[in-house]
Amino acid sequence: MKKAQIFLAGLFKENPVLVMFLGMCPTLAVSTNLDNAIGMGIAVIIVLLLSNIVISLIKKLVPNEIRIPIYIVVIATFVKIIDLLMHAFTPDLYASLGIFIPLIVVNCIILGRAEAFASKNSVWDSILDALGMGLGFTLALLLISGIRQFIGTGALFISNPFNPTQIFFSTGNLLGQYVFGIFQTPPGAFLVLGFIVAALNAFRLNREKKKVLTQDKK
Amino acid sequence: MEIFTIAITAILINNIVLSKFLGICPFLGVSKKSSSALGMGLAVIFVIVTSSIVTFGIYHLILTPLEIQYMDLITFIVVIAALVQFVEMVMKKFLPSLYKALGIYLPLITTNCAVLGVALENIKYDYTFGQMLVYSISVPVGYLLVIMLFSAIREKLDSAPVPNAFKGNAIALIVAGLMALAFSGFAGLV
Repeated sequence: MKKAQIFLAGLFKENPVLVMFLGMCPTLAVSTNLDNAIGMGIAVIIVLLLSNIVISLIKKLVPNEIRIPIYIVVIATFVKIIDLLMHAFTPDLYASLGIFIPLIVVNCIILGRAEAFASKNSVWDSILDALGMGLGFTLALLLISGIRQFIGTGALFISNPFNPTQIFFSTGNLLGQYVFGIFQTPPGAFLVLGFIVAALNAFRLNREKKKVLTQDKK
Repeated sequence: MEIFTIAITAILINNIVLSKFLGICPFLGVSKKSSSALGMGLAVIFVIVTSSIVTFGIYHLILTPLEIQYMDLITFIVVIAALVQFVEMVMKKFLPSLYKALGIYLPLITTNCAVLGVALENIKYDYTFGQMLVYSISVPVGYLLVIMLFSAIREKLDSAPVPNAFKGNAIALIVAGLMALAFSGFAGLV
């Protein structure tokens, strides 16, 4: 497989959240604003990258029967490191992501990539795979949280995670009083993701129909 | 009274699936038929109660005296994985009929974030043993309740005229959203 293909697969074709439905719990729970989405995305990218590197390095040493517990311990170690670092340096983000930082351990994306990719491929390919999948997860989170934040509060903004009073980008409230607070609450998360998945399905069905039509003409 | 509050809050108000978003993967994956939803729900109750008791004991009797609380995550996940394997083996040997009913759902539970979530929350909220026990029974009962309701709706949905684009997971997510909306009506009950 070509290097670019490995990287791009995670971004679009095999997007972990929108296509494969992995890692749904953090996706739905933390996608209330862009800050959370970026924080969670970066945490997942770092853990995925480190665990993919280590697992692909030790793949020849690991006995097949106990590979899953070994992978879980490797992943848990990295998650705890990220957990402690975020607690120390980004306390506000740590408080708003809450229990979902330690729960990265049981995020199916990370164990899934370890089992399906890193344990069979070279270190370099595993790094590309981790970056692609991690960015795909982050993109999906940004999409969902962007929609939820915009409809729910009327404004989009991104602040510095190390110093929340410093704001990098803000649109101000564009919707005035016409905001739907429901999109900031749990039901909104399910509804937004449901409609995004349906839109992607509609896009795919439409493209397949066109393909059939052009084939018929030939 | 306090125990009653913990139970109602965990089952209805802060429902583990619809308001805390834990255990979504099996919630969407194993809810196509009522019978498998029931099996999954019962297996989750069993595993969460046992793993909570064991991890609570480990935290307060081993990690705290040794002052290595930062090892909680690594210990808990290993304990949960081992416990699920152990439960599976014991059940296979001594309760073959129950194993037949729950067997295929047990390995899936290791990666169910609800189990690790409840173990971590028991520590985070500083529960006493009694409170911990009530909480770890109520949470999976809430899970069973919601997954049973959801699977009943999905069985009806199979024969409903759903637009092509919404078939499968899209409509399931929207149904879950509407259920969450209904459950948010319980807020302020206690």
